[in-house]
Amino acid sequence: MTRRLPWGPMARMAGRRTLFAAPVLLLVTFGVFAVAALSPFDPVKAYAGTAGLTASQAELDQLRANLGVDRPFTARWWDWLTSALTGDLGTSAVLRQPVADVIAGRVGWSAMLACCAFVAALLPATVLGVLAARRRGGLLDRAATALAYVLEAAPAFWLGLLAVWLFAVRLGALPSGGLTDAAADTVTAGQVAPHLVLPVLVLALSQLPWFYLYVRQGVADALEEDPVRGARARGLSERRVLLGHALRSGMLPVLTLIGSRVPELITGALLVETVFSWPGIAAATVQAATSVDFPLLAALTVLATAAVLAGNLLSDLLYGLADPRVGFDG
Amino acid sequence: MTARTVRGAAGAALATALITGVTACANPSGPARPADSAVVGIATEPETLSPLLGYGKDGNSKIFDGLLTHDADMKLRPALAEALPEVSADGRTYTYRLRQGVKFSDGEPFTAADVEFTYRTILDPATNNASKTELDAIESVTAQGPDRVVFTLKYPYAPFAERTVLPIAPQHVAGKQDVNGGGFGTRPVGTGPYVLTGWSKGEKISFRANPSYWGGEPAVKKFTMAVIKDDDVRATRLRSGELDAAVLPPNLAEGFAGDRTRRTFAAKTFDYRNVTLPTQHPVTGDPAVRQALDVAVDRATMVDKLLDGAGKAAYGPVPTDSPWFTPGTERAYDLGRAKRILDDAGWKPGEDGVRVKDGVRASFPLWYTTGDKIRQDHALAFASDARKAGVEVTTEAGTWEVIEPRMKTDAVLAGGGSPADPDFDQYLLLTSSLAGDGFNNMARYDNPVVDRALTDARRSGDPAVRKAAYDTVQRELVKNPGYVFLTHIDHLYVVNDRWDGPGTQVEPHDHGLGSGPWWNVEHWKPKQK
Repeated sequence: MTRRLPWGPMARMAGRRTLFAAPVLLLVTFGVFAVAALSPFDPVKAYAGTAGLTASQAELDQLRANLGVDRPFTARWWDWLTSALTGDLGTSAVLRQPVADVIAGRVGWSAMLACCAFVAALLPATVLGVLAARRRGGLLDRAATALAYVLEAAPAFWLGLLAVWLFAVRLGALPSGGLTDAAADTVTAGQVAPHLVLPVLVLALSQLPWFYLYVRQGVADALEEDPVRGARARGLSERRVLLGHALRSGMLPVLTLIGSRVPELITGALLVETVFSWPGIAAATVQAATSVDFPLLAALTVLATAAVLAGNLLSDLLYGLADPRVGFDG
Repeated sequence: MTARTVRGAAGAALATALITGVTACANPSGPARPADSAVVGIATEPETLSPLLGYGKDGNSKIFDGLLTHDADMKLRPALAEALPEVSADGRTYTYRLRQGVKFSDGEPFTAADVEFTYRTILDPATNNASKTELDAIESVTAQGPDRVVFTLKYPYAPFAERTVLPIAPQHVAGKQDVNGGGFGTRPVGTGPYVLTGWSKGEKISFRANPSYWGGEPAVKKFTMAVIKDDDVRATRLRSGELDAAVLPPNLAEGFAGDRTRRTFAAKTFDYRNVTLPTQHPVTGDPAVRQALDVAVDRATMVDKLLDGAGKAAYGPVPTDSPWFTPGTERAYDLGRAKRILDDAGWKPGEDGVRVKDGVRASFPLWYTTGDKIRQDHALAFASDARKAGVEVTTEAGTWEVIEPRMKTDAVLAGGGSPADPDFDQYLLLTSSLAGDGFNNMARYDNPVVDRALTDARRSGDPAVRKAAYDTVQRELVKNPGYVFLTHIDHLYVVNDRWDGPGTQVEPHDHGLGSGPWWNVEHWKPKQK
């Protein structure tokens, strides 16, 4: 079943989307600055922390001037934008570190967590979904669907604590947090792998129900459609019918889901990273937001927006490949 | 026996086997880590490791040393200084002779220039150090030769030496960087017992022993602080054996009480919780209401029920077991007396039981910070006690952003406390000229007698004069309480019993890296088995 991929149209679509992304990112960063300026959080207090509770007013005022947070947000946005375009992302006040260092040190761990969780959610969800759709109302379908609804309702934070309790405390099988053992000095693959299991498991479990329910519905609907009934009538094997016809058409809604789940994955990662002390980007995001740390917040928002746009592009490309009728005109 | 019951019985047997199997693996004894490595769990991490930006200002910074340091009894001891400072007769000049032969961990020698650099940089207006108010007394700091530093003060300030536990940064490293955003805050170099090996923000800070430490190489060669915000997760990781020690709230520390391999430490503290009684509010500004509330609160029950016994009743900023405490200023719980005071002052019970005077209802709001369970519990207990005396307190939760603009007239469930010197918290808490300055003197307390006593106490170098002045303050707080002090809270720590040496100092309100049984980890010795 080899088919030449339509590289040309795909590249054109990617190019169009990239051009479109520039104004979107511009608007989003401006929006972030505006919203952050309106927020009740005070960057000076966030910077000072507990020391701020005993500092004199004169000291706090001096700090406000030093941090430059007394200027209007439009001016700060313009400064940020012009220096970001020259490659200088500025310094994060709350982490007292250049923004580029913050992101470089963290984004890899977050991406690793998110990608592993994504795969760990999608594959079992597809298999389960197909099996459940094949015998709707069967034991597997009823059990898996009920479980999916329960998981969908379970907060990721709670799942995380439950997993820690079961695997780390009761069974003592897996480490309960961190990137490596707290006592370890170096980051090795052998250290990271066992520490990755629980966060990935929890993040995957929180995403799995969505994929499962979509696959199940999609495949079940496809099994009712004319092409599948035609294939059955032609005497094709059940396996061929299920995987070649029903799954392919049933996966279409799932492909759109992939794009729209990216933001969910990011927010899910936020909670999971907190429970497992995972040194990713999520913890920095929360801190940046509550401290009105403009440079860090803007850079992270750009990153998240880019991830969402890329997710959408990916799902549209896949959709076009899976269903040539859709094409690459979007 | 039908097939169904056979299957059922088999299932039950299988389930039992699984459960017993699970229980058999439960409570692992923990990894067999060598005793020269210690991992402790803390709840908060420092924003920076640069002393120039405020890290370690109260001592025990691991990476750095101050001119002086505190021992287990919070007495000052020389560190980078050779001896305690010489103080001039007018109390305005402090001269420190420096220890010879001390080197930073990069091999460069420590000199008086580093001391001058550290203090000057902190006091520079361009340095974003929020704690620099604490060094307000300094007029100038001068290195005289390589081994002498002289501080000149703007006014005589008796507790100044307590401030010089502040860590000293190397000029040859930190002086070449941007003080606010440079790399020194994440890759510090100091003279201290430990050297930083890694800081993964939000996860852990790792140290190794400094082999050339002037005080002798520590026996605990590897020391790691795991940053775990959530109390339950921290307790779990302690139980799983990943942590050797952790700070825990009383209800979770309780779970380790019967554990023979671990010890629980309850650190005595200056960490108080109080209710501000704003002078500008018509109800809380009335001295009668203040006095009544002060005796209407059942502090013993709060300690019992809210803190599980891990704390003490508080009658002022000074805890009852401190040498600075004024015996006789304890106030017993006396609801009858509270009612009499209010009756006598003209606060008569209204129809709904809330007292009224001149058309003013005895009612005021009390704010506590969202998510802080201890403050919430205290606020609710205070409100319920006040209600019994006929004063209505409505509790409200908010972040500091919400609370700050209201502090002038609304009561706040606040906290604080600093053990090093009574001046440190009392001056900021009670001086009328600091009313509403930032978060200082939140209640706008205004009492000329207290103002004078606080000034006398900070200026006099004579311990007897200082003690008498703080006695005056504590007695004035009985007559006219600007705050209702509720409890002093013990800080609880659970530590694996593998070392000789862990113990606790008297701790301040903030406790994280520098406080706790690991304040002296450089002196721990593995236990002989």
